[in-house]
Amino acid sequence: MKGAHMSRRLLMASCALIYFFLMLPLLVVFPISLSSAPYMQFPPPGFSWQWYERYLDDPQWIDATWRSLYIGAATSVFALALGVPLAFALVRGKFFGRTLLDRVALAPIIVPHIIFAVAVYGLFAKLKLIGTWYGLVVGHTVLALPFVVLVIAAGLRDFDRSLEQAAEGLGASRWQTLRRVTLPLLRPSLVSAGLLAFISSFDEVVVALFLAGANMTLPKKMFDNIMMEIDPTIAAVSVIQILLVSVVLVLIGRFGRGLSGSAR
Amino acid sequence: MASSEGSAELSIEGVGKRFGDVVALDRVSLKVAQGELLTILGPSGSGKTTLLKVVAGFETPDGGTVKVGGTDISALPPAKRDIGMVFQNYALFPHLSVKTNVAFPLEIRNVAKPEIDRRVSEALAMVELVGYEARLPRQLSGGQQQRVALARAIVFNPRLLLLDEPFGALDRKLRETMQLEVRRLQRRLGLTTIFITHDQEEALVLSDRIAVMNKGTIQQIATTTEIYEHPANDFVADFVGESNIFHGTISASGTVALDGGGSVTVASDKPAGAKVGVLMRPERFGTAGTNLFNGEVIESVYLGTSFKLRLAVEGGRELLVRQPARGALPAAGSRVTVGIEPDAIHVF
Amino acid sequence: MFSNRSGFWPAVPALILLFAFFLFPVVRMLGFSVEAGTLDWYAKALGEGLYIRVLWNTFEIALLVTLFCLLLGYPLGFLMATTTPFWATMGFIFVLLPLWTSVLVRTYAWMVLLGRNGVFNRTLMEAGITTDPIPLLHNFTGVLIGMVHVLLPYMVLPIYGAVRKVDPAIPAAAAGLGASNWRIFWRIWLPLTLNGVFAGCVLVFILSLGFYITPALLGGGRVIMIAVLIEQQVREALNWPFAAALSAVLLVATFLVYTLAQRFSQPEQAR
Repeated sequence: MKGAHMSRRLLMASCALIYFFLMLPLLVVFPISLSSAPYMQFPPPGFSWQWYERYLDDPQWIDATWRSLYIGAATSVFALALGVPLAFALVRGKFFGRTLLDRVALAPIIVPHIIFAVAVYGLFAKLKLIGTWYGLVVGHTVLALPFVVLVIAAGLRDFDRSLEQAAEGLGASRWQTLRRVTLPLLRPSLVSAGLLAFISSFDEVVVALFLAGANMTLPKKMFDNIMMEIDPTIAAVSVIQILLVSVVLVLIGRFGRGLSGSAR
Repeated sequence: MASSEGSAELSIEGVGKRFGDVVALDRVSLKVAQGELLTILGPSGSGKTTLLKVVAGFETPDGGTVKVGGTDISALPPAKRDIGMVFQNYALFPHLSVKTNVAFPLEIRNVAKPEIDRRVSEALAMVELVGYEARLPRQLSGGQQQRVALARAIVFNPRLLLLDEPFGALDRKLRETMQLEVRRLQRRLGLTTIFITHDQEEALVLSDRIAVMNKGTIQQIATTTEIYEHPANDFVADFVGESNIFHGTISASGTVALDGGGSVTVASDKPAGAKVGVLMRPERFGTAGTNLFNGEVIESVYLGTSFKLRLAVEGGRELLVRQPARGALPAAGSRVTVGIEPDAIHVF
Repeated sequence: MFSNRSGFWPAVPALILLFAFFLFPVVRMLGFSVEAGTLDWYAKALGEGLYIRVLWNTFEIALLVTLFCLLLGYPLGFLMATTTPFWATMGFIFVLLPLWTSVLVRTYAWMVLLGRNGVFNRTLMEAGITTDPIPLLHNFTGVLIGMVHVLLPYMVLPIYGAVRKVDPAIPAAAAGLGASNWRIFWRIWLPLTLNGVFAGCVLVFILSLGFYITPALLGGGRVIMIAVLIEQQVREALNWPFAAALSAVLLVATFLVYTLAQRFSQPEQAR
């Protein structure tokens, strides 16, 4: 069994390297963001909070962050409001064209991002929706919808329907059963789906590039910044974003439920 | 609290249901009197669960009606039928406490809070689970969960109680305890009850009457004694209890000429020449009697209180015999003589 | 919503959104490509050497990215699926964290890492291994590295799923029968997880085709993938019909790959 041990060790060693590759970019931004040098320099000569201060002092950055936050929240709300009923219809409905509907619901994932972004830009330019926050919410909701559907549908498939039958037998109407039994028990899936929708909107760049106009979201501002200069402020913003994602992941781990089964 | 005032008689008339090519229910009719416990007994696929679902409202029959207390409820959705149900997998709401589970039907009906508390306490007392109000279902054992399900099903004074193989997941001893508890509860409340099971022993313990079902039809409805002692056909005779079933033609002199040779003397008033089935219960054999069988022991089992013997007798037949355990267990290969009286043989 | 009813109505609001703000805009835009009823723009997109090179580049990069993701992703997915729950969770964190971190953050980090004065080059030069900075940014290599990094999780997750589904008794039996590790991998693990491998490859390939951010930033204008080209045509050249024609080509390519994938993926069945 020496051979098995060796292969396993080899596997673990290579994986360690690959994990390092995966995490490297995330790790690198931390020291850069704390650099005391006035420009991009590695290794950083000293420790300083200056880039975080730059970020917090700049109304443009704060505005952009704030905008991304409420657009993300709105996207989450709408994606859930539309996606949960859609998931119900897809999992439990029996009607003509259900497979087609399934394809349409997942289409925003399959159609390349850039095509959607450009198309929506063309339409919204006509409708004068460029630069509005609700225009972006619409675009982001379309993109988030498939994720919500996937997560909720997975939760519904594992759902014990005899509980709903029991509720009905005890006198509950459809709505009452939904409100008191189904949705509370679906809560982990709802939490995951909502957070997923939020993060997908918060991070979204391509559509924002086209639709945000002068009213920038955080990713758009970052993008512009990167194109113009590599300012370590971006590193600070990146760190903040990584921390935000970590918090969301922890929340999902505690309160949510993923696509796989219960054991995670 | 729950009493016989709320319960009613159930009348199922000509209910049929098919799923594609499969006939699940073939024009089934039966009546359950107010306060009676009827068991529907049958193997899987016999249609008993489908019948239950029709009564509860989860399946719409293709034809026929369901009436409770004289009112036709066939068109009502399950929520409006006022029927208490207990499922095999308990179906307790995992996110609600025992108390909230039991209170659920009362909250739905907008009963006042103090009244809810009172009735929930009463229901839990009836199933002997006082003190468990704050627990969650997953903190309870199988038997306890089933009792909560029972409490929840009766707390709102339903007119009918339906139980769908509720004890299937419990172990034997627990099952027996629960059977007696259900019986006791049902009698105390005078609640019209239908109990579904495939376990014939369970049916015999619990019921006032048994309806034996097979392939979507009711084979026989009768009291437990009738079903056991005088089954109406092969299926019922074989399904309930152990049996020795043979077929033959009855003659004028009170004997049945068995197909394949031999005859037995019976006490029956069936007309001569009729083709009949003959049932002999293993425990009715003695060492002597009007009808004698001499055979070789194929298999013998010691069961503590009795011996169970499988004999090869004349005509190439096998006989299953139970005898009180006295003396030594007859060994395989030994010859034994058993006898049975005519009035212990049931002719159908 | 529960029993035998049609249950279609809940889907309506979402459908309206998808039709009005997804299908309609996309179809409308694609319609621009057929200006004045001619297919000239398609001729340009598929005919002119410059643009053929872009298409070819895109295709090439997508293929290479998929290959590297497979080589790096399989070991990862395999290890995660066959290790203790604790390490599996750790593994998940290290895969999900990059996955959910903004593409922008990750791409920016690579710019920091790969630039002439970037982390990588500086470390090598300080250590005396090289004297001149290696050009890793604003070129093919940079884009490749960046895209592999971003898309690796999409390869790992399906493979993880596929490895999990394999009954561990099977390779154990093979080992008990004397098979070497290499043989076990080649004859047992690989065939049984082929579905996951396939799914991962298709996913990564399709995503690579339409990728914008990473090639735009790490390519520095020198590596033009089709998505970058489309953006340029819309924003700078204001050439909607051409952008639409390019989009149509990209869309067709994506659908083709997707449909072929569906056709060839084996149904999950007991073997």
